Amino acid sequence: MLEWSMIAVGVMLCVALFLNLWRLLIGPHVVDRILALDTMYINSIALILLYGMYNGTQLYFEAALLIAMLGFVSSVAFGKYLLRGDIIE
Amino acid sequence: MNFWVELLISVLLILGGVFVLVGSIGLIRLKDLYVRLHAPTKATTLGLGGILLGSMVYMSHQHGYLTIHELLITLFLVITAPVTAHILAKVAMHHEVPMMKRTRNAEHVSTARKQQAPGDTKDQD
Repeated sequence: MLEWSMIAVGVMLCVALFLNLWRLLIGPHVVDRILALDTMYINSIALILLYGMYNGTQLYFEAALLIAMLGFVSSVAFGKYLLRGDIIE
Repeated sequence: MNFWVELLISVLLILGGVFVLVGSIGLIRLKDLYVRLHAPTKATTLGLGGILLGSMVYMSHQHGYLTIHELLITLFLVITAPVTAHILAKVAMHHEVPMMKRTRNAEHVSTARKQQAPGDTKDQD
């Protein structure tokens, strides 16, 4: 049962990633694209954790933590650039 | 593995996956950016919380001792997701991204764009 539910959740996450990719491609404004990229970061954290659970290893936890931090920093950097024209003043 | 532990992990995982999927469907379906900002920033944080709880229960059961370091990612995301959403909303407001027609109090946006930070008297003379 656990294996089947892991596969089902993996399919859900992949569908969610494709929907985010669609918004990233069609997004009418650049802020839409940043929002879609940030959501893709969060969904890929979930996918990596699920893959680690599926293999029964904890090795992927550090990768997920790194992606979480990089996602936050990159979204804030995009936002600051659009807001001020510069990232670090 | 015990049946009830397996059931608990499955329920947590499927709850998390459904929330993530709902957040992404909201990102596609909703009408303008300010509404669209709502769906992924709340739903995916909650969904990822469910998946991380499931992972925590699974790893604790597998190793025989309590592992709580998945809570680190949950804590980090709970702190940073509102910051990201706030910065994106601010960027959208300053770039005058068009709103839906029936947005209430839309005339206050131009007032808010003129406001300065408290104590910032550089441009006032």
